[in-house]
Amino acid sequence: MTNATMPGTYLAEGSGPRAWLLTTDHKRVAWLYLISLTAFFFLGGAMAVLMRIELATPAGDLVSDDVYNRLFSLHGIIMVWFFLIPSIPATLGNFLLPLMIGARDLAFPRLNLASWYVFIFGSLFALFAVVAGGVDTGWTFYTPLSTLYANGWVSTAAFGVFIVGFSTIMTGINFIVTVHTLRAPGLTWFRLPIFVWTLYATSLVMVLATPVLAASLILIVLERIFGIGIFNPELGGDPLLFQHLFWFYSHPAVYIMILPGMGVVSEVLPCFSRRPLFGYKAVALSSMAIAVFGFLVWGHHMFVSGQSAYAGVVFSFLSFCVAIPSAIKVFNWSLTLRKAEISFETPMLYALFFLALFTFGGLAGLFLAALAVDVHLHDTYFVIAHFHYIMVGGMVTAYMAGLHFWWPKMTGRTYSETAGRIAATVTFVGFNLTFFPQYMLGFDGMPRRYHTYPPEFQFWHVLSSAGAVVLAIGYLMPLFYLGLSLFRGARAPDNLWNATGLEWQTSSPPPPHNFETMPVVTKPAYAYDMKGLEHERFSPHREEAAQ
Amino acid sequence: MSGTESVAFDTPQRERSADNFAIWVFIGSEAMLFGAIFLVFLIAHIDFGPAFAAASKHLSLPLGTFNTAVLITSSFTMALAHMFSSARRWRATLLALTATAALALCFLVVKGIEYGREIGEGLAPVLGLPFRYAGPDPVHAEFFFGLYFTMTSLHALHLIGGIVVIVGMMTLWRTASPANRVRRVVALGLYWHFVDIVWVFMFPVLYLINR
Amino acid sequence: MSFGIPFFPQEASSQAGQVDALFYTLLAFSVVLGLALTGLVVGYAVKYRVGSKADRTGKRSRSLPLEMSWTIASLVIAFIFFGWGAVLFLRRDHPPADALEITGLGKQWIWQFRHPGGQREINELHVPVGKAVVVSLAAQDVIHSFYVPAFRIKQDAVPGRTTHIWFIATEPGRYHLFCAQYCGTQHSEMGGWVTAMAPEQYTAWLNRQGEGETLAASGEKLFRALGCSGCHGPNSKVRAPSLDGIFGRPVALDNQQTVIADDRYLRDSILNPKKEIAAGYQPVMPSFDGLIDEGEMQMLLAYLKSLSPQPAAGAKP
Repeated sequence: MTNATMPGTYLAEGSGPRAWLLTTDHKRVAWLYLISLTAFFFLGGAMAVLMRIELATPAGDLVSDDVYNRLFSLHGIIMVWFFLIPSIPATLGNFLLPLMIGARDLAFPRLNLASWYVFIFGSLFALFAVVAGGVDTGWTFYTPLSTLYANGWVSTAAFGVFIVGFSTIMTGINFIVTVHTLRAPGLTWFRLPIFVWTLYATSLVMVLATPVLAASLILIVLERIFGIGIFNPELGGDPLLFQHLFWFYSHPAVYIMILPGMGVVSEVLPCFSRRPLFGYKAVALSSMAIAVFGFLVWGHHMFVSGQSAYAGVVFSFLSFCVAIPSAIKVFNWSLTLRKAEISFETPMLYALFFLALFTFGGLAGLFLAALAVDVHLHDTYFVIAHFHYIMVGGMVTAYMAGLHFWWPKMTGRTYSETAGRIAATVTFVGFNLTFFPQYMLGFDGMPRRYHTYPPEFQFWHVLSSAGAVVLAIGYLMPLFYLGLSLFRGARAPDNLWNATGLEWQTSSPPPPHNFETMPVVTKPAYAYDMKGLEHERFSPHREEAAQ
Repeated sequence: MSGTESVAFDTPQRERSADNFAIWVFIGSEAMLFGAIFLVFLIAHIDFGPAFAAASKHLSLPLGTFNTAVLITSSFTMALAHMFSSARRWRATLLALTATAALALCFLVVKGIEYGREIGEGLAPVLGLPFRYAGPDPVHAEFFFGLYFTMTSLHALHLIGGIVVIVGMMTLWRTASPANRVRRVVALGLYWHFVDIVWVFMFPVLYLINR
Repeated sequence: MSFGIPFFPQEASSQAGQVDALFYTLLAFSVVLGLALTGLVVGYAVKYRVGSKADRTGKRSRSLPLEMSWTIASLVIAFIFFGWGAVLFLRRDHPPADALEITGLGKQWIWQFRHPGGQREINELHVPVGKAVVVSLAAQDVIHSFYVPAFRIKQDAVPGRTTHIWFIATEPGRYHLFCAQYCGTQHSEMGGWVTAMAPEQYTAWLNRQGEGETLAASGEKLFRALGCSGCHGPNSKVRAPSLDGIFGRPVALDNQQTVIADDRYLRDSILNPKKEIAAGYQPVMPSFDGLIDEGEMQMLLAYLKSLSPQPAAGAKP
């Protein structure tokens, strides 16, 4: 970091390892997370690319079945627990939450740093499991496969996930308390930016759902090591009980992953449309509705598992209910563009791509919630495609939107707009090429987690594998131009996009305690239609062209 | 930031209420953890009621009852610590905290004796120890003991955590400002009462419900 | 199909058409809504791009009637799809009374089937066209899942319980059989083919396989070998309930409750006899947990069912 040129900012507060590793500044902790999560993202991504190359041919010729099973298991474990769940909350959320509500830091700065160390400690177990020989249970750890039959490092990996759970809970508690106690004067609940609302909702889910995962992982480890038979039918246990406990956590966890993404998009769309968010209250409250309903739909992962048909009907009903708040959000985002003044800088491109991919992923969710159709599609590539449309097309795209949107705030530098737009477009094309064919595969009956497959599926698999390469390029590009911007980027003004949030009213990058004078809020969020903000704006691409 | 531990707060009062709130959120989280395991126990109990009833009789009711009394007393001393600290009577506070930690230690020792007895009788299906059980339906009795050891050791871990925090707090006592002392005692007290309440649920469920 | 590229999977069972009707309706709905939204967003993006001359008067950032109406419309549409899917789904639990019952056993990494006449198959399943077939599934080790895409059916086979799936094949042919639930190293190799054939060909095929011992007959032998008949037999000295016609009948328990003797009850009574004790009998039966495997359990259940007047398949839960 070339902080020498930025006196008075948080980047100038010492640059040695001590100053970073022992910091309690939420902005620096965010960087610690950002760097570690980026490493995990590319590790998990490399595994995905290997899998896609293997699947380009029907025979299992590149890697053996054991290796393939380990690849998809670790891809899932790493991406879910070591990237997606912490991604936006621990990086952008950590950096921005205090800035957006006008606070000097999170409520518990040391707890925040501790959460990162706990995360790293847990990830060491997971990495050890990878290096030592892997895990071949799938990320879902289904019993009795995981307890009695799998021979990988299941306990080690499960223990790593268990520890990372603590880090998630710490972050969640910290965020909840911060939002409750540290809002600036005048910043009422219904003046909060939607990003704060979604972080709050996500934190609630983190705090209440993660312990249930902890309980089920403890039981798995105890069963593997001590042989107590909670999930073992031969000892009177029930393997389905594990699925209930696991999904009771893991379905809400899906909302932990997507809600902050929805928040980011709700920030970006109004800014580049110069319009307030359409239906602000509906968007805010639907985030809370998603968090609550998310706890009631776990059984929809188990329609064909042998649970009672009536349980299936109830869970299907609730799953359709949880679709409504998401639909409401999509309509509101779309209507935000009406009568707007839209420009297409990189964050906006990512946000628009999010909107498209989230919509098509969400619609596929209706198929899976419809019982009779799910019987056919369950455990096929259709589920894989749906999940990746939401998690990668939705969540990761939103993450990229947020990263590009707040990058100038975080670093005080601007990146190359041209490179950004190209990367966004490459990602969008590569993503659809990778995952749209998987909808077709799923409908045609291709089961998931298959190392080899019947030759008639090859056409779609080849498309998907080709897409994966394009997608990988799309994700590698920002690594370079964002990295380059740290050294070569032009200095960013304090409010580059002329946005309304409190985080834009302090300097870029912010001073150590965020604000020189503590802000007072007098306006609702997204007051883009108020005087003085309507037309003037900084436009980096025009400036780039002029250079 | 005079008197506050976190730079985020202006006044110790605000920090104290934030602390309180955080502990409540944390307790909510903990309740979900114990709730999940209680749920597993409940389902197993419905399925294998008779086997569980028979197995439950092999636990030591006198020791369990004694421990319950010990833990409730420790809650009382913790409440005293809270009271004394609010009145800024620091010596009395320290005494009450020491008593609390000592009582918790006593609980753990008794629990250890209980574990020792059960392991000696061959009732512990852990660490590959042989499981010798004379009653009916040993398969599900083993299941009961598996759950018993899981639940009680999870609770014991929480108690150990509490003791560690008390000891840590007393070590840092001299350097802490009065406001911080009160704040910490209050936060710890909330946690302590929660861990006690978990035991108050666990005791009847494991020891009494089947008698 | 079009240049060998699979677009639409075959429909080869009575359920397939019904499931596909819902699927294609959902697809049409998704395409229409998806394209409408895309069109809207792209349209706005072009029309209201910065610097365009479009009319921007009358901006609004909320509209209660509009928000209410799309919320209610979403709810109504969601409930229609829910109801449709649920009605089709609930039929899974009600196989026709005269269905042919085949047992299937999943173990790492093969499927074993046994026809009512005792004919065994591995990774192949022959079924007659036009006749309802119930496959009762068990798993020896881990969870497996019986999946025939062309029939649009799937059911997990779970250790420690019996699950059922039924279908009526409509088109003769060979169809993929997959294991859909990840089950370990060779998960992707666990599968084979379901061959649907005309009823007369099916009969001929059965005959060619030879008149193996029926599953119930194997079960009867096992019933004697394990000593069950010593107590449950007609002349035994130990007082144990008679098992004649037990399947599908209500059984009074010693705790004043009554249960139907279904698959679950019989399985539990063999593995965990102390759990539900028939009223008026001493709990003296030993548990057979760990002494018999899933295949043997299926034989015993088939034998017990054969003691009831047919058809028994209608009494499924």
